[in-house]
Amino acid sequence: MISIENVSKTFTLHNQNSAVIPVMVNANLRVAAGECVALTGASGAGKSTLMRMIYGNYLTQAGRIIVGELDIVTALPREILQLRRETLGYVSQFLRVVPRVATLDVVSEPMLAVGVARDTAHERARELLTRLRIPERLWLLSPLTFSGGEQQRVNIARGFAHEYPAMLLDEPTASLDVANRETVLSLIEEAKQRGAAIIGIFHDEAARKRACDRQIDVSVYTPRAS
Amino acid sequence: MNPLLKVENISKYYGSRLGCKDVNFDLYPGEVLGIVGESGSGKSTLLNCLAGHQEPDTGKVVFDTRADGPKDTVTMSEPERRMLSRTDWAFVHQNPRDGLRMGVSAGGNVGERLMAVGARHYGDIRGTAVDWLDKVEIAEDRTDDRPSEFSGGMQQRLQIARNLVTGPRLIFMDEPTGGLDVSVQARLLDLLRGLVRELGLSAIVVTHDLAVVRLLADRLMVMKDGRVIETGLTDQVLDDPQHGYTQLLVSSVLQV
Repeated sequence: MISIENVSKTFTLHNQNSAVIPVMVNANLRVAAGECVALTGASGAGKSTLMRMIYGNYLTQAGRIIVGELDIVTALPREILQLRRETLGYVSQFLRVVPRVATLDVVSEPMLAVGVARDTAHERARELLTRLRIPERLWLLSPLTFSGGEQQRVNIARGFAHEYPAMLLDEPTASLDVANRETVLSLIEEAKQRGAAIIGIFHDEAARKRACDRQIDVSVYTPRAS
Repeated sequence: MNPLLKVENISKYYGSRLGCKDVNFDLYPGEVLGIVGESGSGKSTLLNCLAGHQEPDTGKVVFDTRADGPKDTVTMSEPERRMLSRTDWAFVHQNPRDGLRMGVSAGGNVGERLMAVGARHYGDIRGTAVDWLDKVEIAEDRTDDRPSEFSGGMQQRLQIARNLVTGPRLIFMDEPTGGLDVSVQARLLDLLRGLVRELGLSAIVVTHDLAVVRLLADRLMVMKDGRVIETGLTDQVLDDPQHGYTQLLVSSVLQV
């Protein structure tokens, strides 16, 4: 489902003497449908960078990143947008939404974007928010007023609202209590059961072992300072 | 799928001074394109050339018309272009006063657009107008008030209703949230996003506000000195800018 071949990435800082910083060289990774692969490595090794490259959020200088049928490296913006709407989900560490929009609508939005009827979308949103223990009295408020942990759970509900065939999860269990961590792990398990290919970053080793079938240390792709 | 708008080599000079140069892009149905750049970068000139408010010196603006398919709007006859700007196109000005008739009631402002495309039945026109005022969250009991009695945010929402009532397929927006309080801005952004999604509209939004384009635009074009220096997915351009100027622009935003 996801195939990464000989991928390299550099940052060029034009306003700092055009410094060129290589951050990844010749990365390779394949994830099959129904499989969850963990990215590991020390902070700064490039786990999130690789994830952002797969999502098309960072440009890739060399190699191929195939998700479904599409090569992200050469795809047009509108092809990537369609892939993000239908095929590739991403749960980032931070919630980014229009202010003053109700939580229920924030969670429903990815479903509305693929044409799910509003009632059906709201029903699924309610179900997810209940499972993630967001109290019902908060559903009509904007999640931007919530605590950090609550925001993260809203973000997860939104990420799992549409059943994407491929998913990227950046620290989905960080700063969650035991009960909510269990819920997230079972959401991941359910996604795998229906055949989703998942790439995840988990600091929590126990969670990583439960959710993931194997792990890849991205620091082998980090260029050594010479 | 065919592009709704195909822009080829648009250039505009004011005498010897450059307005914008060699602009090319395609816009597909349902897409929102953001154009950012500092004052004087040529973004408003470009928007005016695209919307037929100014004539470009070179280039084509090919719009996929309902009746005849793709047609160059630059060489189209004036009546034809005016018809287009009343039906398939909409233009939301930064200052609502430029897009509204201030002496006419709110309902009249919306109804006038309908009459311009041939609606004659008073009851139908008023019904549709009230419907649209409701969509942009203006209460029915304000239908007969003049926009001069409205707040800035309400005026801007009224301008949007007036523009969208004829069911356009392409909206041009020049700093649509420019003069508004941040609280009003947020509501307007949510409204625009919902309308774009529900009606399948395409939009071109000119702004200098990077936070606005991040929430509203699918794709981004960065302009400097009349030229397009960078294009791409909005979040990619903002999070991994490639051009030195874009890097400077993104890193200059104040964090709240």
